[in-house]
Amino acid sequence: MIYADHAATTKTSETAKRVMMETMDQFWGNPSSLHTPGQKAAEALEEARATVAACLNAQPREIFFTSGGSEADNQAIRSAAYLGKRRGKNHIISTAIEHHAVLHTLARLEKEGFEVTLLPVGSEGIVKVEDVAAAIRPETALVTVMFVNNEIGTIQPIAEIGALCRERKVVFHTDAVQAAGHLPIDVVAQKIDMLSISGHKFHGPRGTGALYVRKGLPLQPLIEGGAQERNKRAGTEDLPAIRGMAVALKEACENMEQVNARLTVLRDRLIEGLSQIPHGALNGDRERRVASNVSFCFEGIEGESMLLLLDDKGIAASSGSACTSGSLDPSHVLLAIGRPHEVAHGSLRLSLGEENTMEDVEKIITDVTDTVTYLRGISPVWKELQRGERSYVIQ
Amino acid sequence: MLYSEKVMDHFRNPRNVGEIPDADGIGEVGNAKCGDIMKMYLKIDDDIITDVKFETFGCGSAIATSSMATELIKGKPVSKAMELSNQAVVEALDGLPAYKLHCSVLAEQAVKAAVKDYYDKNGIAYDPELFADDDDDEHGHE
Repeated sequence: MIYADHAATTKTSETAKRVMMETMDQFWGNPSSLHTPGQKAAEALEEARATVAACLNAQPREIFFTSGGSEADNQAIRSAAYLGKRRGKNHIISTAIEHHAVLHTLARLEKEGFEVTLLPVGSEGIVKVEDVAAAIRPETALVTVMFVNNEIGTIQPIAEIGALCRERKVVFHTDAVQAAGHLPIDVVAQKIDMLSISGHKFHGPRGTGALYVRKGLPLQPLIEGGAQERNKRAGTEDLPAIRGMAVALKEACENMEQVNARLTVLRDRLIEGLSQIPHGALNGDRERRVASNVSFCFEGIEGESMLLLLDDKGIAASSGSACTSGSLDPSHVLLAIGRPHEVAHGSLRLSLGEENTMEDVEKIITDVTDTVTYLRGISPVWKELQRGERSYVIQ
Repeated sequence: MLYSEKVMDHFRNPRNVGEIPDADGIGEVGNAKCGDIMKMYLKIDDDIITDVKFETFGCGSAIATSSMATELIKGKPVSKAMELSNQAVVEALDGLPAYKLHCSVLAEQAVKAAVKDYYDKNGIAYDPELFADDDDDEHGHE
């Protein structure tokens, strides 16, 4: 099986697995206990915190472990919103292409009386810093913009937005779930106030994540209970997962440059190969995208059938089609970059990882080309396009 | 698995796929915006559906339900095709996930739209009530 869905999840690394087993063997105590097994676990927990902090150029005290990226996003956004409210600010700025963990939290806050501005991203899938600047008002409590988009892989101008928000004294959060371990992150240089990461996107375990919160910025808990995570996140810490995530992040950051250099070559060949398919187009900016992401729309076909046929051929991929989401609407990201519904249904996301080879890429190109050709052959929409009864959206 | 073995079989090896250039009735239902369009071609001799072909733009279950619908009506009298229900298609496929049931409705509507086209072209009188829900293919979009 060629696994090309690394943006969905990654296989837990051998190092992470080993550290998790070791934790269950040797650090099984409760970090809140005063006895020796508990204190051994507490030390291991703080070591993991320091490791994660170092990878982000943060202080250990600025790292809070959560159950994953979604929880970190929820907590960061709610906390910043309520902090703003106490100061008479009820406006939040974000983008149209955020993950649902952000968008749905914002929709909930809107019902609670907050005003939310979702900025457009244009056809390249990148928000403009000047649009963020223009949207900031005296009552803006928070700007939240993702680091890397999960569907089309576009890299957002995080350092520029960070500098802008710092200057305008607005809290800045970034959902860095697709960036951590894949792109350099420096919360100091990039002037980030809050940042969410998720363990399983960089070969750590799932069910664990972290939230960075800049020192001095108040953080409100989502989950009430014990005094874990300095009263900001109750519940006995999942130490095996936390240590597994920490070691996976360290490994990913150490190998980042080398892995990205290799992936860029694979990605570029994949884009080149798939660009030969007529009436198909790359989604998102050609240059400002992560080394792993290739996202295409093909006219006249539907994404789910493409995924099922590719799976039969031994290729695991993903799509933003409605049918793969369980809803009737295709991906909000593809709609936001201007793909009409009928084209957004025919999307394919291939996200590469370090175990992929050039041989994999060549097989993907051949199999995707064959699959698109076959599905177009049985598609009445494609025939109408070819007969000129319907206009091509992608030339 | 998302789909039953029968659905996957009809998806991987669709029966009666293609077009009939001199079809006696053609029905097209669905909406590209919603991600599924089915086109059904019927060849009818002496009130018997002697040949049927389909073309589908859509997900796995859209292709499988079209394929199964053609099998269920091939060789049958037109009146039998008019009795085809989406439940019959679903049962013949050993079930569909709940959010895919609309695909089976489309398959039923595609068959009926093709029959209506045949009736219209041949001046055969029918009760318009039989086709009352033909335009109901937007499934609540937007």
